[in-house]
Amino acid sequence: MTDIDELIRALDRADSADSLTEAVKALAQTRSVKAIPHLMQVLSFNNPGAAVAAVDGLIQIGVEAVPYLLSQLDRHNYTARAWAIRALAGIGDPRGLVTLLGASTADFSVSVRRASARGLGLLKWYWFPPQLREIAQLEVLEALLFVLEQDEEWVVRYSAVTGLEAFLPHYPPATARVQACWQHLLLHDPVPAVRARIAYAQQNLLTPPAIQPEPLTATIDWEEILARLSARKRQERLRPSDPANYRQLAKTIVCQDL
Amino acid sequence: MNTGEQLTIEQAIANLAGDDLGLRLYSAWWLGRFRVREERAIQALVQALQDEDDRTPNGGYPLRRNAARALGKVGDGRVVPHLMECLYCEDFYVREAAAQALEMLKDPACVPSLLQLLAEPESVPHPAPELPYLAQPFDAIIEALGTLGAKEAVGLISSYLEHEVPRIRFAAARALYQLTTDRERYGEILIAGLRSPDLQLRRAVLADIGAIGYLGAAQPVADTLAENSLKLLALKGILEQNLPPDYLTADTIGVMNLMDSLL
Repeated sequence: MTDIDELIRALDRADSADSLTEAVKALAQTRSVKAIPHLMQVLSFNNPGAAVAAVDGLIQIGVEAVPYLLSQLDRHNYTARAWAIRALAGIGDPRGLVTLLGASTADFSVSVRRASARGLGLLKWYWFPPQLREIAQLEVLEALLFVLEQDEEWVVRYSAVTGLEAFLPHYPPATARVQACWQHLLLHDPVPAVRARIAYAQQNLLTPPAIQPEPLTATIDWEEILARLSARKRQERLRPSDPANYRQLAKTIVCQDL
Repeated sequence: MNTGEQLTIEQAIANLAGDDLGLRLYSAWWLGRFRVREERAIQALVQALQDEDDRTPNGGYPLRRNAARALGKVGDGRVVPHLMECLYCEDFYVREAAAQALEMLKDPACVPSLLQLLAEPESVPHPAPELPYLAQPFDAIIEALGTLGAKEAVGLISSYLEHEVPRIRFAAARALYQLTTDRERYGEILIAGLRSPDLQLRRAVLADIGAIGYLGAAQPVADTLAENSLKLLALKGILEQNLPPDYLTADTIGVMNLMDSLL
């Protein structure tokens, strides 16, 4: 029996919230593909500590976890879906692009919007084929600016600032527009932490980090991503204010549940 | 914002005077949630502080609790005398909600009443119906005194550092951090609380640290076993209470780096 089997057994045996979290952390540290289905399973337990550890582990494993995470999105367990989106946001795999665009602008969970906005800035743009890259980057730019200007939760706007900061070195043509938005919000965002993060982003971008591409290790169906992007565009044209409306509706439903 | 929301404000005010007890309770919460500062809304909430219709089996007043909480959020200082009366309500949770609301309204006029509750906890005739072992919502009272800058309360609050209920000990440390110059001593007591085995307690201490903005707690906050959303809120409190006008120092950048790692 290998170490990893032992760690998986420890996960199955865990009988308290703390021991489960510890078991998940230990398994996550292996960064093994074999751990993926077991970490995925933890996302549907109602245990935030263990779920955070599982998400961290899945992010560490990276692109190989993406197909599992995408399949989770089709299921009906909302909590597990939210954690899966957070893991996708941390990995930066292009296959997560369309999910993150939708989640950052319209999900009713603050933590999902927060993670998605950051995730849009972490996408591995150097993997995109040139003809798709710019289309996708324009979508991401619009989504992040929408979130930064419209989201009513400070932490989502804060997150959008970090997303834009990470995004700009990959798409310099957007610099003037983003800086204009930041200058405006430096004076007008009501939350000091958001304004501070804008000032920090501006300072960081004076010396933008060198982009160090990682080799593409996944098989990506670019046609499918393009098709989903176009479908998203079409839907937007039909219902121009869709994201905000949807969130308002979702919020009303949640409030009534309280 | 739009006519839809206007209609709902009207509805909420009407609901507060209606027959449906559940709707009344929800409307009181709703007016606070959206911080509705309209005169009629505030009047309706003040009226609800006297409600006699909505009672729990133990004699509690749920609508009064929600109305007091809402009035704290709405933030109109004129309601302070009404909330002070609630400090003597026989329902423990009404007293707790009133103390929290008075803390939010930041009017020191209530300090003598809060001090009296702390000095003579048994002075209210009917003790808590649902928490029989606590005569008063000590944590809420102590936190309010700390926020209100009531330096005359230091001696009395110090005696709660040894209270048997951990939540109350941490409230005392939080208030003494605000009221004395011995910040490191009380900040470290709170940091120790972040390592409590009890998740509820760790969450409460995160909120305490966010409220006082103790810079020394930034890294321990990031390392706490709790939801990222609560850790981010605590770090936001630390960041904002250490922000210079041009935002960036080594300290504030350090806090933002921690926040980034939790997004």
